Amino acid sequence: MVKETYIYGDTILVKLLGELDLKVADDFRNQLETLLDNNPGKGMILDFYNVGFIDSSGLGVLLGRYKRLKTEGRNLSIIEVQPQVKRILELSGLVNLIPVNDITYQG
Amino acid sequence: MQDANNKVRNAMSLEFLSLPENVGLARITVASFAAQEEMTLNDLEEIKVAVSEAVSNCILHGYNSSVEGLIKIKATLYTNKLIIEVKDEGKGIPDINLALQPAYSTNPERMGLGFVFMNSFMDKVIVHSKLNKGTTVIMEKKLKTTKQDSKHDRNIDNVKIR
Repeated sequence: MVKETYIYGDTILVKLLGELDLKVADDFRNQLETLLDNNPGKGMILDFYNVGFIDSSGLGVLLGRYKRLKTEGRNLSIIEVQPQVKRILELSGLVNLIPVNDITYQG
Repeated sequence: MQDANNKVRNAMSLEFLSLPENVGLARITVASFAAQEEMTLNDLEEIKVAVSEAVSNCILHGYNSSVEGLIKIKATLYTNKLIIEVKDEGKGIPDINLALQPAYSTNPERMGLGFVFMNSFMDKVIVHSKLNKGTTVIMEKKLKTTKQDSKHDRNIDNVKIR
């Protein structure tokens, strides 16, 4: 779920928190859609530092936003991914569509 | 008659309403049960994802997201394997082979990866389904330890923090 949002120039930085599964999928999707609607033309970076779990419900939300942003010529990327979440992103093939950066042990 | 590999060492069951908030309850309960074995964090993560997918399928497909349904989980620990059974009494899968195909999904917002993850993360996945009767997914995870009974190993010298 969206915890904090920052706008830097032409980028929306979204800090996420929690487990991205069926329970939060609808709210998560709506939150991201609202941010994209309210900030036309801007790209989106999702900070996964505090995301400990993702399954296909969460991946579906990511894929849907990727498709929208791509159609609109906007960028989407994921940063600060925990290793167990990275494995799921890799297995799903989503890493081939969305650039993913590993965790950098921020303070 | 039970051979050594078939001996039941522990078992649990869990029953809950088909609500999205129970997906987390299900995966954490089964992972906690499995964590009594010496498993790697990777193994536990894999079990969590597989259970999450199976339960999400029950809610979304078995019961069409209505809260009327019950989902039952049974986990049984044998000497060398963990069996997890996830069961709903929902509408059933009309064509199991189609449902098992990667990227097959009835919803464009979803990736059709539920069964792909279950198959990737568990050693065996069996699906039984009957229209209007329900679906049961049985998943098997092989255990890497060959201990006959872990209880006998629990003395003060080898207490490990997991």
